Order: sequence, then C-alpha cells, then structure tokens
Amino acid sequence: MDQLDALESQSVYIFREAFNKVEKLGMLWSLGKDSNVMVWLARKAFHGHVPFPLIHIDTGKKFPEMYAFRDRYSKEWGVNLMLGECPPVESMDPSLPPAARSAARKTAGLKTFLEREKFTGIFAGIRRDEQATRAKERVFSPRGESGAWNFRDQPPEFWDQFNTDFPPGTHLRIHPLLHWTEVDIWRYTQREGIPTIDLYFAKDGKRYRSLGDQDITNPVDSTATTIDEIIDELETTKVPERAGRAMDHEAEDAFERLRADGYM
Amino acid sequence: MNKAAAKTDTVTRMSSPGRESLKIVFVGHVDHGKSTLVGRLFHDTGSLPDGKYEAIRAMCERRGMPFEWAFLMDALQAERDQGITIDTSQIWFKTNKRDYVIIDAPGHKEFLKNMVTGAASADAALLVIDAHEGVREQSRRHGYLLHLMGVRQVAVAVNKMDLVKNDQKRFEDIEREYRAYLEEIGVTPTYVIPVSGREGDNVATRSEAMTWYKGPTVVEALDAFHNVTAALDLPLRVPVQDVYKFDDRRIIAGRIESGSMKVGDTLLFSPTNKTAKIQSIEAWNVPAQPAEAHAGQCVGVTLDEQLFIERGYVASHVETPPIETDVFRARVFWLGHKPLQAGKTYKLKLNTCDTTVTVQSVDRVIDTTDLSQSDAEAVERNAVGEVTLRSRSMLALDEYGDFPRTGRFVLVDEYDIAGGGIISMEGYADQRGLITVRATNVQRVEHEISEEERARRNGHAGGVLWFTGLSGAGKSTLSVAVEQLLFKKGYQVYVLDGDNVRHGLNADLGFSPEDRAENIRRIGEVAALMSRAGFIVLTAFISPYRSDRDRARQAAGTAFHEVYVRADLEVCESRDPKGLYKKAREGKISDFTGISAPYEAPVEPELVVDTGAVDIEGCVESVVKYVEAKFVKQQSRNGN
Repeated sequence: MDQLDALESQSVYIFREAFNKVEKLGMLWSLGKDSNVMVWLARKAFHGHVPFPLIHIDTGKKFPEMYAFRDRYSKEWGVNLMLGECPPVESMDPSLPPAARSAARKTAGLKTFLEREKFTGIFAGIRRDEQATRAKERVFSPRGESGAWNFRDQPPEFWDQFNTDFPPGTHLRIHPLLHWTEVDIWRYTQREGIPTIDLYFAKDGKRYRSLGDQDITNPVDSTATTIDEIIDELETTKVPERAGRAMDHEAEDAFERLRADGYM
Repeated sequence: MNKAAAKTDTVTRMSSPGRESLKIVFVGHVDHGKSTLVGRLFHDTGSLPDGKYEAIRAMCERRGMPFEWAFLMDALQAERDQGITIDTSQIWFKTNKRDYVIIDAPGHKEFLKNMVTGAASADAALLVIDAHEGVREQSRRHGYLLHLMGVRQVAVAVNKMDLVKNDQKRFEDIEREYRAYLEEIGVTPTYVIPVSGREGDNVATRSEAMTWYKGPTVVEALDAFHNVTAALDLPLRVPVQDVYKFDDRRIIAGRIESGSMKVGDTLLFSPTNKTAKIQSIEAWNVPAQPAEAHAGQCVGVTLDEQLFIERGYVASHVETPPIETDVFRARVFWLGHKPLQAGKTYKLKLNTCDTTVTVQSVDRVIDTTDLSQSDAEAVERNAVGEVTLRSRSMLALDEYGDFPRTGRFVLVDEYDIAGGGIISMEGYADQRGLITVRATNVQRVEHEISEEERARRNGHAGGVLWFTGLSGAGKSTLSVAVEQLLFKKGYQVYVLDGDNVRHGLNADLGFSPEDRAENIRRIGEVAALMSRAGFIVLTAFISPYRSDRDRARQAAGTAFHEVYVRADLEVCESRDPKGLYKKAREGKISDFTGISAPYEAPVEPELVVDTGAVDIEGCVESVVKYVEAKFVKQQSRNGN
C-alpha cells in the first residue's frame, strides 16, 4: 500500500462506519476539488453507489463554471442531488467582519436545510491542514440542537472507535477527508481521473486554489495549467491554501467564530 | 532568540506518493514547552507558511506579550488567552528523509482525553520534559499511556535547557531518572536529547552552547524512527463492518486488520463458526478485480455460500481463528466522569462488535506516577486499572500481545467513550474448542427406558450435585460424607472426585487454562450421563469459572444443582489439607485459584453451605435435607 492507498482506506472505513451507525445521512457537495474526491471515495466504499443524497447549499453566488459542473456530474454519477438555499446577508450577525458575515449565510442555509430534512449525519469534506481550527476537529463531530461546535469539550476519539452514542437531538458532522492534505487531494484526483472545475488551472498568471463565493474568493499567482504542475507548485509554495478566502483573514478569531456556530 | 536564518534546504522538492510518512505525537507535562518546540521545529526547518510568523507576532503584540511559538498550533482563542493547549492538533512538515504529521497533545491533566485522542494514531512519540522542573506527574502518566496506546517508539526531549544554563549534570540526572521509569514499564527510548525550544538548540541544528552533547538533534531523532507497517505477518483478521446489497452482489465489507487473503480461501466467521469460500474480492474503478488483499486494506468480498453474517463477526482462516470467550481480563485507562466500578455495565466496542459487558471485578489499580499497585473497587478518571469483564454472549477476540489491533477495545458509559483497554486472557481459557461440535454425523438414540421409570425403581430422581468452592473449602470432605449418609438411606449415589478422574478419563490433561476447562467439561458430561442413568452424582471440583459450570449445567439440564461450598480464603488457607496454598504462596504452583488465579463465585446457586460458619455435620445435614426435598417425589417413595 502506498500513501494514497492508506488515505483512501481510512476514508472508506469512516464512510462505512457512518453508513452502518447513522440513521439519515447526507453529503455536502460544494463542487470543489475536496468534495469531488469525497464523492469518489463514497463510491469506493459502496462499490460504485452513493447510498445517500448529495446536498448543495447554494449561496447563489458561485461561479457559473461550478453550476455547470454540478448539473453535468450529478446526472453522470447518478446521484440524488438536493439543494438548499441561503438567507440574505442582512439577516446575518452584523458584528462579524464583512466577508465572514457573507460566509455565515451558508451556515444559516445549512441549519435550515438540516432542520427541514431531519438529517442526523452530514459528511463534510474539511481537512486538518486547511486551517488551524479544523486541525482540532474529530472525525465524528457531534453538534447540539443549535448546530454549534463545542470545541472546548470534544469527546475522545481513538483506535477508529468513533463516537456513535448521543443524547436525542444531537446530529453529527462526519469528516472522511480530515487526514488528507491539499497535495494528497490533487495526487488522488490525478490517479483516479476525477473530474475537476477548470477554475483551479491558471489563466493569465492566476488560478483559484480554493473555491467559494465569487465575491469573497480571490485567485492566487500561478502558472500551473495541469494537475502535475499544481502538484509541483504545492510542493514548493509557502502560500497557505486559503490565502484567497477573505473571511479567514479579517480578524484573528473570525474563522473560529464561524466554525463554533456551525460553519464547515 | 529569533533565529530568522531559516534552514530552507530541508523543503526542496521531495514529496512523491512513494515517500514515507510518519505521525509523531508530542506529549509531556503542562508548560514543559511542547507547542513551543513544535513552533521552533517548523521555523528552523523552513516549514512555516508565508505570513505565519508575522501573524503570530501580531497576535502576541495584541496581547502585550513576548513572541510565543505555541500560537502556531494553539488555534483556539481560549488556548491563546489562557496560554495552554486544550485540544490536540496536527500540522505537516517534511525533512529530506520523509513527510511528517506532527500531533500536538495537551499536557494539562484535565485534557487527558484529548491527549489520548492525539496519541492513539501516532507511529512514534517525542516526550518533552522541562529541564528546570524535571520529571513530573504527566511526564510519567503520558509515558505509561503511550505504551498502553500501542505507541512503541519514543524519544525524549529535555527542553528549556537554557533555563538551567545548559548544565550537563542537570540533564544527566533527568535522563537517569526518566530512563529508569520507562524501563520499568518496558519502554526503551531511542534518544534522550537536551533541547532549547526557545533558542532552537538541538532542534534542527546542533547546539553551540551544549558541546558536551554528542547525540542527534530532534530532527535527526525523528528521522531515526522506523516506519510502522501493517501487520502482514500475523494471521488474517477481518472484523465484518457491514453487509451490502446495493445490486445483485451480496458484499461482506470490512478492513483487513492483519494478514492476507486471496480468492478461493476458506473464511471462518467467529463466533458462529460458519465457513465459506471467497468467490471474489470486489473493488470499484480499478483496472482489474484483485485476486488478493492485505492488511490495511478495506475490502468487500462475495462468498460461495449465502451464510448469515452480520456486523461484529470476525473472519479468519480456519487454522488460525481468534479466541472465543465470554470473559476476559483487561488493562484499562479510564477517562469517564464517573469511575469504572465492579458490577457496573458498559457498552463494549470491540473491533466492529458492539455489546454489553459487566465489570466482574476490579482486580487492581495502578498508580502511574510510581507504578505501585493497590486493590480498589473502582478505577477513577484518568487512572489505569486491571479489570475482568464478562459479556452475555460469546465474543471473538485476540490477546493484545499477539494481535495489537484486534486485542483492544473501548468502553462507552451512557453517551460517552469513557475508556480504552487491552486484552489479556491470563488464567482464562479459549472456549472455542468447548463449544464446537466436531463430529457432524452423530444422532442421539432414544432410550426405551424413560428417566421416570428409572426414578420409580430407585425411589428418587437422578441428578448432579455440583460442589464448587475454593481449595480447602471442604468439597471433598462434604461430598464423601453426604455420599455415605445417602447410601445408608438407600440412594443410588456416587462421588466423582478430581484426583480420581485425572488418573483415568482425564489422564491426558495438564493444568493449562484450556486443559482445566476441558477437564471440567468432561466431568460435566460424565455426571450428566450418570444422572440420566438414575444416579445422584456428587462432584467435588474447584471449578472456578462460571462459564465452565454453566456448560456442565447445560449438559445435565434441570437435573443440575449447583452447591456453593463457601469459606473465606483465610479459612481455606489455614486448613490447607494438601499443603497447596503454602506451595502457591512460595510460587511453586502457578495459576492457583484464590492466590494467582480468579475464583468466580456462583451467582444463583441452588444451595449454599457455609463451612466456615457451620460444622461438617450441620453442612451434611443441610445437603441431605435438600436432596430429600428435591429428588424424592412423595408418590414414587410410597410406590416402593
């Protein structure tokens, strides 16, 4: 087994544990590189099938390329796609910095969606290497009725014995990609031939490393036009992945506040 | 202190899918500088992302404090404000040799559950000790827990050497003390390194202030750890995770925890002991379906027969099966808010099997600071203890010493994962052989004479009086006296005695746990046969295990009567009719019940005779009265 095999195996194990233990599951599909790998790993785990719906919480402000990708592959992969909409930015906490306030719409949209559809477990494609508060996450991460993350008192998690016993009203975030890194995602995408959105490849000296809403996501300097070149770039760069995501950089604790409230 | 001259030469292009990757956890007492050491390691190997150094400086200035490396990993606001690590975190870096995941684990006692969470997935550990404070409570506890968690490679960093003026003697004192502790728990550190996280001495570069130290730097010590590979050499174990029927295939899913399998192999599923052949190993989006699979892989297989299989079963090869038992011993570390107590029931998560276990006994509690052992009724939060656990159903498991991955478990108390443990079968037998019927072409023959008819002729029913109790409790004395009296009263009665049986029927058996269990099994079967022949059979065996006696009960059915011959250990030891206790105390007999092996008292015996409180005549009388009441029907007595 090489490193990618080991990463894949761990994710498959997590998927299968969740599928056996959690009653009503769904998977967040943001259309980005990570969540496409996540869909792929689910098909690995369930031998070609995705036995739960994919959920796209649509802020309405994604790039047109992302919507085109969604419409094409939800059909090609034969998945059950569900859409959730987001409330206007004016109804978000005004004490948050502007970009974070905009990003908070997605959390609010997700909460409404989960309440309406009564999901008990949601797969989210976050990774520990993306952001320091995500590095402190559990694979099976319980959320109370409000959807909040109690990061001060997380349950222990070891030996792949995930927490599956909760008081009524709890729902779970399950993180099958938590142990992957950005370069792992690209290597796996290449090995498996997973489709990706063109925005990740450089045009006019710029490319997107991370995709979010159009108005709060910026491209980074790059000449990488293929996955090989992206991998080369990532092996030497010291620019953090989320450098182009405005809400991470507005205040020291902006991202922590978003996450505590239920942001991915 | 700011050695801004970063050693960027360690981060040239070197990542490739074929590169090794190792997970290292940093552990140690609170405030001994783990997070600082991680920060320094990243800076000095040029692994910090752009702008991170400046961001940390800004955070420190905002708080009016000197530069704090720990802010690299202490991402939560509460951690920065209180200056302690609350939860475990991970960060990536690489050296010329390989890629690393660094896991930072909190050192505060209150966050031990987070330390365990971080340490459990590590391949190796760096234990950090403050040179100024020396070895402290969590230095020892973390060392002990690492070992229990299965982390076998440990290096030690004696940090903050700058605070003790880089004093060689201070370093050597700490090294000596800590090595002695680790040695006692069976750990040999690869290196003990004098370090200053704040100054960067011996982190990525050799210290100029400690020229007396000739060993490796922290980076060199990390590179010296061995890669941990999957257990390919052990026998096959695949705990069944699920059974899928998404299409026309019925796929048994699970992860290979050890060993290898190939298409055509016969799999044995425990604990039901059914077998079937692997028809195919299924995989999606691969060039060709695999013919074999190995430890570490998650697989799906189809079988040539549609057996009933469910999550929790363990697949193995037929010749190398796991142990089957409903009782086992374990060393546990406890994280629950409420202590682990004898008599309490918990949810056991063992491989993929969830079931209920009861704590039969708390055998001892281990103080991880001085390794002393004491008797206790409970294992408190953050403590380590040895316990005996019993389940209602048969479990398939392994001993941790043989199979690290399938010989461990967690316990859940209500909604919380409250502890973890590793399994030992010391003193307990594998029950697989005892519950498996080998011959399959055997049918029972119906007798032409009914048990009723035999009972009418004898004037009493047949049955088994199963005397159990400690050695010296009076089983043999009592059974022989009861036999005499019943015989005089006209009963068909016979004593099966331990030593006599071992001269003949069981002459091939020794005293291993398996042989002892087999000894009892045969006696149970013989007693059942004799009772059906109309006899009242008295057996006098210690028979310390509940599972063995339950099997004897199954053999004889309703004719089985368990008689608990009760006397305290002190009383029995003072009697010591065969001098066995003396020998056991001298260590000349191992696994002696009551001294070095457990005695499991009956839960609901049909009769209790207390030979410590009542004299022999009184005890005989109570047994005979019991027999007259239970074995003699009034009408059949009159019929004779």
